[in-house]
Amino acid sequence: MAEVKLLGAWGSPFSRRVEMALKLKGVEYEYIEEDLGNKSPLLLKYNPIHKKVPVLLHNGKPIAESLVILEYIDETWKTNPILPEDPYDKAMARFWAKFLDDTCMPAIWQIMWSKENQREKAMEEAIQHLKTLENELKDKRFFGGETIGLVDIVANFIGFWLGAFQEASGMELVNKERFPVLCRWIDEYVNCSVVKQNLPPRDKLIAFLQSRFSASSWKY
Amino acid sequence: MADEVTLLDFWASPFGIRVRIALAEKGVKYEYSEQNLKNKSALLLQMNPVYKKIPTLIHNGRSVCESLIIVQYVDDAWKANAPFLPSDPHQRAQTRFWADFIDKKVFEITKKIWTAKGEELEGAKKDFIECLKLLEGELGEKPYFGGENLGYVDVAFVPFYCWFYAYETCGKFSIEAECPKIIAWAKRCMKKESVSRSLEDPKKVYEFVLELRKRLGVD
Repeated sequence: MAEVKLLGAWGSPFSRRVEMALKLKGVEYEYIEEDLGNKSPLLLKYNPIHKKVPVLLHNGKPIAESLVILEYIDETWKTNPILPEDPYDKAMARFWAKFLDDTCMPAIWQIMWSKENQREKAMEEAIQHLKTLENELKDKRFFGGETIGLVDIVANFIGFWLGAFQEASGMELVNKERFPVLCRWIDEYVNCSVVKQNLPPRDKLIAFLQSRFSASSWKY
Repeated sequence: MADEVTLLDFWASPFGIRVRIALAEKGVKYEYSEQNLKNKSALLLQMNPVYKKIPTLIHNGRSVCESLIIVQYVDDAWKANAPFLPSDPHQRAQTRFWADFIDKKVFEITKKIWTAKGEELEGAKKDFIECLKLLEGELGEKPYFGGENLGYVDVAFVPFYCWFYAYETCGKFSIEAECPKIIAWAKRCMKKESVSRSLEDPKKVYEFVLELRKRLGVD
């Protein structure tokens, strides 16, 4: 019986974050794909409150919420730490991870799903947040410094999913002219081996997104 | 070199109260700086340029923002006494999960209780009680969420206790009638000086909520 199991979904950036951290630390795990349209009894048992993926099971004990899981993984398996030791640096990493999830991601979603007359406003807001993020990156190779850290892992949806959204929808939020620093980071990031191994197949993701967009008659 | 600690805060904010409790638990001397949220100070804008919100902690010239991140920072920076998080990684994860639950679910619902009317209000009250019952389940027979002493989840949640009177009066319901264990827990926390000195007078909070409702055009 595997000591570590992960309930995830192939297209979910939250689920892939956890896989990235586990692989980075060389942790062997059993992956269980969840059908989010038909949630398994296992998922409902181990995450009764949110009923979402990812859920990590370690020695039978469940942990939910990707940021909580990432900190747990870092504290349990000490190889290749993803959080700095210094309390202040750690607080900064947590801040930017939260900024990505609470502020950046919802703003980007807003563009995808808002009505045509509100889309420009949504774009402006997303651009502002991404500029703030870019300003934090500056001339560092990764948000984590020389190697990827918590913030880089959490930024996987900017590193990869956003590109897929853009291709699926025809919307262009991030390009080299507008975000030279962020694009440099994206190139470096997707070529990083531990990241490359933990991304969904691009064509499959684009096809999936296209079908969702057309199902909701979203037109950009 | 002595630590220089300043807290940019707003008296009624439960998020600010979290940090006040955390600093008090650790015995940290700090300067409390009341902020005017309708006319934000240059210091606040400089120290929290991303969100421009309170609470913002300034420690030896460097700022930390977002209340739960500040509480964890206070725990890490002043390690000597009163740890907020357990040492076991799985228990730490559970603790973080519940604090996140409070922020993601509970807070949004409480806003509806003092702003909504009719069906929306009834829905919010129901959701709130459901959340409290889940928290009661997590508390179990322990005196505090942290076990024998105040922990991270206690610090994250107890500040909302001084808003309960406002919720009950606006929503016309009794929290104690539905969730006596939570009220018993809150009163137990209030016996601690770090908590009783940090929470605001519920009647004052209610007056403030009435003002907010007027400003938002709720009444």
